[in-house]
Amino acid sequence: MPVQAPEARVANFDEVALGFDLDNALVECERCLICPEPACVAGCPVGIDIPGFICKMIDGDHRGAYDIVTEANFLPAICGRVCPQEDQCEGVCPVGDTLKPVAVGRLERWVGDRAIEEGWRKRPYIEPNDFRVGIIGSGPAGMACAADLAKAGCAVTVYEALHAPGGVLRYGIPEFRLPNQVIDEEIGNLIDLGIEIKCNTLVGRLFTIEQMLGEMGYDAVFIGTGAGSPKFMNIPGETLNGVLSANELLTRCNLMVAGRFPDYDTPLHLGRKIAVIGSGNTAMDAMRVSLRLGAEKVHCVYRRTEGESPARVEELHHAQEEGVDFQWLTAPVEILDDGDGNVRAMRCVRMELGEPDESGRRRPVPVEGSEFEFETDMVVYAIGTNANPILGQTSKLKLNKWHYIDTDENLATSMAGVYAGGDIVTGAATVILALGAGRRAARSIKEYLGIRDSDIVYRPERSGHEGALFGIDMAERNFARVHIA
Amino acid sequence: MHRQGPNTETGGGTQPRKWRPGELDAGFPIVGREDFSDTTFRLDIDHPVMAKAARPGQFVIVVMHDHSERIPLTIADFDRDKGTVTLVVQAVGKSTCEMQQLCHPGVALYGMVGPMGLPSHVSGAKKVICIGGGLGVAPIFPQARAFKEGGAYVIGVVGFRNRDLIFWEDKFRQCCDELIICTDDGSAGIKGLVTKGIEQAIEQHSDIDEVIAIGPPIMMKACAETTRPHGIKTVVSLNPIMVDGTGMCGGCRVKIGDRIMFACVDGPDFDGHDVDFDDLMNRLRRFKEEEHLALAHWKENCRRPGQERS
Ligand SMILES: Cc1cc2nc3c(=O)[nH]c(=O)nc-3n(C[C@H](O)[C@H](O)[C@H](O)COP(=O)(O)OP(=O)(O)OC[C@H]3O[C@@H](n4cnc5c(N)ncnc54)[C@H](O)[C@@H]3O)c2cc1C
Ligand SMILES: Cc1cc2nc3c(=O)[nH]c(=O)nc-3n(C[C@H](O)[C@H](O)[C@H](O)COP(=O)(O)OP(=O)(O)OC[C@H]3O[C@@H](n4cnc5c(N)ncnc54)[C@H](O)[C@@H]3O)c2cc1C
Ligand code: SF4
Ligand code: FES
Repeated sequence: MPVQAPEARVANFDEVALGFDLDNALVECERCLICPEPACVAGCPVGIDIPGFICKMIDGDHRGAYDIVTEANFLPAICGRVCPQEDQCEGVCPVGDTLKPVAVGRLERWVGDRAIEEGWRKRPYIEPNDFRVGIIGSGPAGMACAADLAKAGCAVTVYEALHAPGGVLRYGIPEFRLPNQVIDEEIGNLIDLGIEIKCNTLVGRLFTIEQMLGEMGYDAVFIGTGAGSPKFMNIPGETLNGVLSANELLTRCNLMVAGRFPDYDTPLHLGRKIAVIGSGNTAMDAMRVSLRLGAEKVHCVYRRTEGESPARVEELHHAQEEGVDFQWLTAPVEILDDGDGNVRAMRCVRMELGEPDESGRRRPVPVEGSEFEFETDMVVYAIGTNANPILGQTSKLKLNKWHYIDTDENLATSMAGVYAGGDIVTGAATVILALGAGRRAARSIKEYLGIRDSDIVYRPERSGHEGALFGIDMAERNFARVHIA
Repeated sequence: MHRQGPNTETGGGTQPRKWRPGELDAGFPIVGREDFSDTTFRLDIDHPVMAKAARPGQFVIVVMHDHSERIPLTIADFDRDKGTVTLVVQAVGKSTCEMQQLCHPGVALYGMVGPMGLPSHVSGAKKVICIGGGLGVAPIFPQARAFKEGGAYVIGVVGFRNRDLIFWEDKFRQCCDELIICTDDGSAGIKGLVTKGIEQAIEQHSDIDEVIAIGPPIMMKACAETTRPHGIKTVVSLNPIMVDGTGMCGGCRVKIGDRIMFACVDGPDFDGHDVDFDDLMNRLRRFKEEEHLALAHWKENCRRPGQERS
């Protein structure tokens, strides 16, 4: 796929991956074997009918392709950009045994972008029922749950604590990977379905879940508040100026537009020589944002090796191209002061891989006497997150031992009528898993409210030739097929 | 149905919608303002739900317009009948000076979220000293009132630079059994810092159960040091730099004893004897350069408010 050249892109916030044009997309479609038992569909957490949409593409029915994709995933332009396809559909595609696998993600993105360009919307006529559902959090989990319930005729309100909706998609993932324009369009889809989105609402503090089910008259509640509380390591020097979490850095840049200070009010105070601890997607984003804002040198400090890095391979690869210096098998021990309360340097230790731990990954152990000092004026933590405490503090919800919300396999919590999904249940995961969880919870909520799929009456907007029988959308049956890894 | 049905047209027709900032919230209307001095002013914001939910010690985050910072401000008062939340703001930098210029009745704030933070624990203490200095004078008020309503004997100690800056004296007199006013220049009350007021109160009352202090970190530190030898429990309300206020960024972390806490979700109230104030004061200097730059940039442009925004 065409990308912006590394030298050019480190100086701008435009998208790195430029996406296929129609010709490229069709060439890619032709590579698909249209397997009768497609491995990719099984590998996709929401089971998109991948060969199905590829066939439509080959037939030249782009709208049809969009309809097929959105039956399973209503955020194709987003997921096509951010899903770890190498671990999912593309990772199991047999074409990949000998050649590169079919670039499913890029095709999905092409379809999603095409829909935005053309203004295609799923805007069916929905027969309203009398149920009201409240959704807490406007990340992918909340959005997916809201969309499915709205399509089933429920009156849905989404509450978001920040002043703009989208969750991590908005405040975390940067513009050059996922333009805000794309998020705004996809959220526009929700508004079109009649969903009400209320920002500036911190549930738990402004009102509680109990109040939502009581006075506020919601029949069910879905919690998709994300994992969101950054971890630190508790090493000396962590409160010095110049030490911050990747979440803070990214929020200042993405949500608050600190890159355009002072036209925007939020400052960042970027360092010159930046050390990012961790090597997941969050770390990659923090490093690449720092480069674009003008950092001279960016280092990645990770205690394991490249092979264990949890980032999407594409992002790791892009970061390497853009000139990030990777210090594998290295862990910080102490952050050192310049005498005036700012970061001057970091003391690190080299690691080696020892015996495998419970997760099967080889545990890194420090190499005796390998400590060294590393000059840096900004240290960014991207080593994962803890559960956000607010809903736990303000309700009787049962939490698990890591303080995430405890649910059963249908995503029901310990409170009747309250369901939860996404990062707040699983811990930090991926967009598509959150989206799948939102849909699964929607299915459970429909069951809880006694809405049968056959009661859902809407005239779907689609390309015409398939799907609707007696005004009942057969595609809605697709809910039964959703399965999550 | 109580809601606008979804678009019933199928096919092309209407333009698809796209989410735009500010589109979903009508904003938060300012319904009252009073200037206490040339830097301090009171704003009443219409938000009936928050007025019901707010408890003493909690704060809000205000976003004035779509280019603004998210700035934390303590809920200085709330009127559950009128449905308003009161903030008292001291203009110290770009954002607060801009608020002073632009926030008038009839204007709506772009964003206001809260009430954030854990409510203050209004203990069953029998005798308390409530101390407010600088921008802490307003926030101490709801706490003093809550203690009074809980049946405690409340000694108020409030500090100002001089008599012209004094506000809410009558409000404090209503909820305090004793009120000690301290001014730097002695133009009203006793001359000196609030710590002098605390010492005076402790001398006169040997049975003080609890002290609550809100103000600049340097003042809270001094208060904690004043009460430490007497072993009186001292609660302070910390004001580190914040971004989201929901526990998501960690920018607000503070050192409490040997632990790191997030002031926005674990606080803002902490035991003053455990707080590392030097660390807090250092972290408040984090954006010194940018703060100067922002103020200068704004002063240059503020004659044409709104126009320079692109
Ligand atoms: C920097 C970064 C990069 C990432 N990159 C990728 C990637 O490339 N690919 C991928 O698949 N995944 C990626 N992820 C992970 C992915 O974004 C998350 O797994 C996913 O967004 C989780 O979705 P969610 O809906 O559970 O929660 P979130 O997206 O976290 O959304 C939760 C929302 O709820 C709101 N909220 C929280 N508490 C309350 C409350 N009390 N009241 C009201 N609202 C509340 C929050 O403000 C937030 O907007 C990345 C994550 C980060 C941080
Ligand atoms: C929980 C909490 C409650 C607060 N309550 C109030 C209140 O009721 N009334 C009020 O006037 N202010 C309050 N503040 C402080 C207020 O948020 C800051 O004054 C404001 O953010 C400054 O923004 P600025 O752009 O005007 O000034 P800046 O240019 O950002 O800063 C100017 C000066 O203010 C200091 N400052 C910056 N941020 C903060 C901060 N978060 N806390 C304290 N000092 C800061 C700086 O060190 C600098 O000296 C509170 C802060 C917190 C965290
Ligand atoms: S994308 Fe790969 S696995 Fe999926 S149908 Fe095509 S060839 Fe088969
Ligand atoms: S302000 Fe972001 S975590 Fe407290």
